[in-house]
Amino acid sequence: MTLAEAVLLTVITASTPLLIAAIGELLAERAGVLNLGVEGMMAVGAACAFAAAVSLDSTLGGFVAGAGAGMALSLVFAFAVLGVAANQVASGLALTILGLGLSGVIGAPFVGARRDPIAHLSLPGLTDLPFIGRPLFGQDPIVYLSFALAAAMAWFLFRTRGGLTLRAIGEDHASAHALGLPVLKARFLAILFGGACAGLAGAYLSLVYTRFWSPGMTGGRGWIALALVVFAAWRPGRALAGAYLFGLATVLQLHAQAGAIRLPSQLLSAMPYLVTILALVILAARDRRSTGAPASLGIPFVPDR
Amino acid sequence: MYRSILAAAAAAVVLAGASGAAMAQEKLKIGFIYVGPVGDHGWSYQHDQGRKAIEKEFGSRVETTFVESVSETDAERPIEQLVRTGHKLIFTTSFGFMNPTVKVAKKYPDVRFEHATGYLREKNLATYAAKFHEGRYIIGQIAGKMTKSNVIGYVGAYPIPEVIAGINSYFLGAQSVNPNVKIKIVWANTWFDPGKESDAAKALLDQGVDIIAQHTDSPAPLQTAEQRGKLGFGQASDMERFAPKAQLTAIIDDWSGYYVSRVRAALDGKWESIDTWGGLDTGMVVMAPYKNMPDDVKKLAQDTEAAIKSGALNPFKCPVLGQDGKEIECKGGKSLSDEQILSMNFYVKGIEDKVPQ
Repeated sequence: MTLAEAVLLTVITASTPLLIAAIGELLAERAGVLNLGVEGMMAVGAACAFAAAVSLDSTLGGFVAGAGAGMALSLVFAFAVLGVAANQVASGLALTILGLGLSGVIGAPFVGARRDPIAHLSLPGLTDLPFIGRPLFGQDPIVYLSFALAAAMAWFLFRTRGGLTLRAIGEDHASAHALGLPVLKARFLAILFGGACAGLAGAYLSLVYTRFWSPGMTGGRGWIALALVVFAAWRPGRALAGAYLFGLATVLQLHAQAGAIRLPSQLLSAMPYLVTILALVILAARDRRSTGAPASLGIPFVPDR
Repeated sequence: MYRSILAAAAAAVVLAGASGAAMAQEKLKIGFIYVGPVGDHGWSYQHDQGRKAIEKEFGSRVETTFVESVSETDAERPIEQLVRTGHKLIFTTSFGFMNPTVKVAKKYPDVRFEHATGYLREKNLATYAAKFHEGRYIIGQIAGKMTKSNVIGYVGAYPIPEVIAGINSYFLGAQSVNPNVKIKIVWANTWFDPGKESDAAKALLDQGVDIIAQHTDSPAPLQTAEQRGKLGFGQASDMERFAPKAQLTAIIDDWSGYYVSRVRAALDGKWESIDTWGGLDTGMVVMAPYKNMPDDVKKLAQDTEAAIKSGALNPFKCPVLGQDGKEIECKGGKSLSDEQILSMNFYVKGIEDKVPQ
């Protein structure tokens, strides 16, 4: 295995949770809901997934539980921001704090347990191809799912009637409501989808990335996913590019250090953030169309009956 | 009317004061600040084991509290919070808590503080640390013997003296048994982020390293080594359950004895601001069982451990050569002085890297 191939494999693992969480948040924000609770839902997803995988001795069961737990937690958020039209920023932050706390309680009995690695795709002939074999044909199922999610999201948002409706709601919920579009229902579903994705991303952390659980293991990845959505100008393709750019920069800076590149390690550590922000800002600046946030993002909607 | 209110208030104050004093006599409230979660299986976990030892030893005479995952940049607030809630003995257990602890200690002279791994003391602020570098010399020898690629790796948290001294001791140990050995160092710039620590270990392994040592707090780097069929060492705590095939040994911090003795001193009114630096000899540093290695390497490790314990061997025995090959001034007689080790900011000869400034 060449060094470049090894780097690529590490990048894929590092980027996948970011991509999944970002895609989920992207849909919620396109519908006009800003959910700052990604980090919390991810933490709960990681804890529940690990607990379920160990208890049921099933990795698949773990992923289902992780996604389900993220979704369950997002219900709390949905009730607050849709049910009683609470402030979205405050509710999201509360959700993060709640999630990080809850994850500690859920995971505590499973501290010290470990899981075997997840099965990777293996196609005779293809997986053994030099260089592209392992990255393309030798990944775990969640990696393929993350790409499918990004593609499906792009198709849904820009090629279907449902996507058009959802974007219309995110742009101007009052008009959408006047047209008879189901504002609250669409937002409710988008929040649940975002929660499931965040939970799945968390599950990937505890079941694939490190294969043990410990409190605080999300390490701020939820916040990075949130930032990616903004810098990707709410486009799935760019979110994918951003997640991989971030992953690539993260891994490359570690390699640069191991190769004794004479740059301060603190600067190298900041590289992923700088590179990703810079690249996506340049993209956004070149974009002649609206760079924009959905116009109703973060604004509570109360239907006037 | 006015007067009777005043009298009542005065009486209340006196009563409160009296009951406060009585309470203090009854129970000593002890607070702990941890940099990571208690469940990190490493550094903070071991400190919490020490806290539990205090509870076990003194039972109802003490009451302990801990605050976990405290950011090093925002430590003043939680420390002060402990003071305000009546804690009279407070342990802050990471290097980065040094300045905040000094600040709060100056503000509350009647509260006693203890800061781990720092070098600033006050009348009411003691410091303590363990000579982890003694253990690192042993694991360095094991790594030097066990490496097949002659390239060993090190995942560091931050380039602070404690970590740099550990890297030097590790490398000196490896060099002592294998003159051809080289070391690669990666800084994670975090004490605890399993994902990132694991990525750092992968980067090292991908660059030809076959043995991983770590100075970060989670078992992720060791576990990554296990996954790749390579070897590694546990950090702060015995991490064998995470890597039964990869863990050669682990450097375990055992704070229980120290914490119990300090609380006893506080209860007996004999607490003083001192500096404690315990090693293998005092049991503050303990080596986990030597496993996954041939008998001759095991024997070497055990002999070195015994030699360090008895004082016959010092990892930083003079002459210690700097990266430029020049001898470092030997301020401690036969070896570098404690002061020199605690403020170490250079690599020894043979490390082909630069200390990040």
